[in-house]
Amino acid sequence: MNRVEGRVKVAGLATYAAEYPVEGVTYAYPVQSRIAKGRIRRIDGRDALAMPGVLAVLSSEDPPRLGPAAEGELALFQSREVAYRGQFVAAAVADTYENARAAADAIVVEYDQDLHDVALRADHPNLYQPETVNPGFPSDTVKGDVEAGLNAAETVVDVTYTTPVLHNNPMEPHAALAVWDGEGRLLLYDTTQGTSSSRDLIARTLGLPAEQVRVVSRHVGGGFGSKGTSRPQAVLAALAARAVGRPVKVVLTRQQMFDVTGYRTPTIQRLRLGADADGRLTALEHVAYEQSSTLVEFAEQTATPTRIMYATPAMRTAHRLVRLDVATPSWMRAPGECPGMYALESAMDELACATGIDPIELRVRNEPETEPDSGLPFSSRNLVACLREGARLFGWDRRDPEPGRHREGEWLIGTGVAASTYPAKRRPSKAVVTMREGDFLVQVAAADIGTGARTALAGIAAGALGVAPERVRVELGDSDLPDAPLAGGSMGTASWGSAIVRACEHLKVNGSVGRADTTEEVARDAELSRHAFGAQFAEVRVNSVTGELRVSRLLGVFAAGRILDAKLARSQFVGGMTMGMGMALMEETYTDEEFGGFLRRDLAQYHVPACADVERIEAVWLEEEDGDLNPMGSKGIGEIGIVGTAAAVGNAVYHAIGHRVRDLPITPAKILRARF
Amino acid sequence: MNITLKVNGSSHSVRVDPRMSLLDLLRERLGLIGAKKGCDHGQCGACTVLIDGRRANSCLALAVATDGSEIVTVEGLMEGDELHPLQAAFIEHDAFQCGYCTPGQLCSAVGMLGEPGPSAVTGDLREDPGLTPEEIRERMSGNLCRCGAYVNIVSAIAEVAP
Repeated sequence: MNRVEGRVKVAGLATYAAEYPVEGVTYAYPVQSRIAKGRIRRIDGRDALAMPGVLAVLSSEDPPRLGPAAEGELALFQSREVAYRGQFVAAAVADTYENARAAADAIVVEYDQDLHDVALRADHPNLYQPETVNPGFPSDTVKGDVEAGLNAAETVVDVTYTTPVLHNNPMEPHAALAVWDGEGRLLLYDTTQGTSSSRDLIARTLGLPAEQVRVVSRHVGGGFGSKGTSRPQAVLAALAARAVGRPVKVVLTRQQMFDVTGYRTPTIQRLRLGADADGRLTALEHVAYEQSSTLVEFAEQTATPTRIMYATPAMRTAHRLVRLDVATPSWMRAPGECPGMYALESAMDELACATGIDPIELRVRNEPETEPDSGLPFSSRNLVACLREGARLFGWDRRDPEPGRHREGEWLIGTGVAASTYPAKRRPSKAVVTMREGDFLVQVAAADIGTGARTALAGIAAGALGVAPERVRVELGDSDLPDAPLAGGSMGTASWGSAIVRACEHLKVNGSVGRADTTEEVARDAELSRHAFGAQFAEVRVNSVTGELRVSRLLGVFAAGRILDAKLARSQFVGGMTMGMGMALMEETYTDEEFGGFLRRDLAQYHVPACADVERIEAVWLEEEDGDLNPMGSKGIGEIGIVGTAAAVGNAVYHAIGHRVRDLPITPAKILRARF
Repeated sequence: MNITLKVNGSSHSVRVDPRMSLLDLLRERLGLIGAKKGCDHGQCGACTVLIDGRRANSCLALAVATDGSEIVTVEGLMEGDELHPLQAAFIEHDAFQCGYCTPGQLCSAVGMLGEPGPSAVTGDLREDPGLTPEEIRERMSGNLCRCGAYVNIVSAIAEVAP
């Protein structure tokens, strides 16, 4: 289907958070810490307050009142301690954006600076084992004897990969517009992936009952995880509006986004694989080193995909975390799976090369019957079918396995493959469906962050009601609607859709209104291993003189349950693969070891794929029936597209040039360094 | 400072802060939210509008410098209720997801279609190959799309291109 909100989006009429017309709106602009660690000695806002149009200065000199449960990155201006460079330490509020920004520049902040530590290393003395990794997995798992398995192996691969700090960089900067009414209720237009959870978190932070907060987020200009939990701009807008008694708008600059809206932790990952003469794994070990801030423990689940991928008698996975003087990492598209599968699928390719077994065949030989870690049955698993179908569509049988052999003038050409996977879960949700004059209104506090949720949910309701989709209107993006989980973890459509189907069923027996709450239904879900799988194929061209790397073709083949809408699904898959290509080739934020904070804090330096970088990206999918998921039989598809892409590209680069680059991104400099 | 400019055919006389960008004038003063602020540094293209017929990043234009100009924003592309062919093609080809870069992509494409070619991506500049996919990709690379809708953006523009 074409997107139901397509017309307002192309007409420029869709309202994102900062775009609601509000009478008497004013503007807040934050001041960021210039040191990475230390204590604020003094903040002087007198000069700023004397400037034209300035209404207030907020800082820890006079900490604004928050609730007792306010914590982490949202506890604005409560502490004198600085946790990282770029942290918000003050803000100016003024009648115009220009005045607020100029006033923020005039706020004087003095610090007592301490020595900072911002560099992740695998031998850092403060590395520790977190109790769990996100969203509650055990940090470490051990099955069998890994050392014995490696000793018994015919071939051993022992390799270390690194991935850099990555930033989500949705096109819409994080923004919030706060309006308090006369009775102390807050209306917050925020850019968020979940209005119900955002309402709860903002209310808790401000010390208000949830009923006194309403969060509205009808259109979201991309999130990719960075809008999954409330970010500081939402709290700043609320505090500033309370302080000046007028509505306040906060729109972060692109540079500020790098500091306070989260990022994907850098990782150092060591993989040890042992295989017998037939390529069957005898041992598999995956250890991930990663960072968090001193404010919050955020432990990315990097090694968890290894627990479900391949059959092996001995497996160990482990995560080690170090708390540095850095901003808190957060969710970025396919957290855990994306960096973890980059390393695992690169190592599998190295094992294929070392054993001389075709990389597709190697994966097929290690296909497990049940989930390797838990022994749980899979609800469905069609990785092998994806690999086979991809091989057919890509022309894999014409590939010469020997690297560095295919040359066209200056260009070396290579192809590579990698597997993809992502969990297929759902969460409890509510929904209400109402019939009015033959048309249907679906209400659920879901979010459409570009996924096409409005369109997909209209299709789900239309199917459940047996009517044309045009007769269904979906209302979402408002915490006053029935409570729903956020758009994240590829669980949105499965969760909201389940509630919508049940509400439609209820409407059919109840007359004009149907209501549903899937809490009990979801709690009864059988314990199974539920995952989508896929195979990604890449063809690259590497210039042997300049090291320039072009991805001339990407193909993704996915098995993700029933695909609800072909047009939207293809866009999701291709979009994820495009972002995965960026991860492979160009995306990287430098940590400034001398001064703390990040370098490359804009889109001229943090490169994301541009139109000219994308030559040919195709996504297809297999028919997959799975009755153990949800009433739609669907698996989430928002994240799997980015999983495996970087490994497929990296493996293709090795095939092109005959040298392995194990540190992302694969830049021309690294290609030339590897070759000469 | 007082300036007068025409936006989507309507004349506006406004008093502006000399520090104000054209983008902020459109969004914060004239209520035209179509042009988007993505980076405020001319790096992403989300704010692209047509200034006197040429595509430009409105975040890089100071409002005072556009005195006397004719501006067309995405809101001005429609003829009454009728979508511009590019707008219709973007919907049909699913050339956007979150929609935030879309107004800039559309204004940029409208401007691009009126520009002479070829671009640097074509080796022999004396031979104009027309709007091949490669030419479209090159000429549209000033407009970033983080959702990764480029494949569909190119096919939408190719459908409308002469």
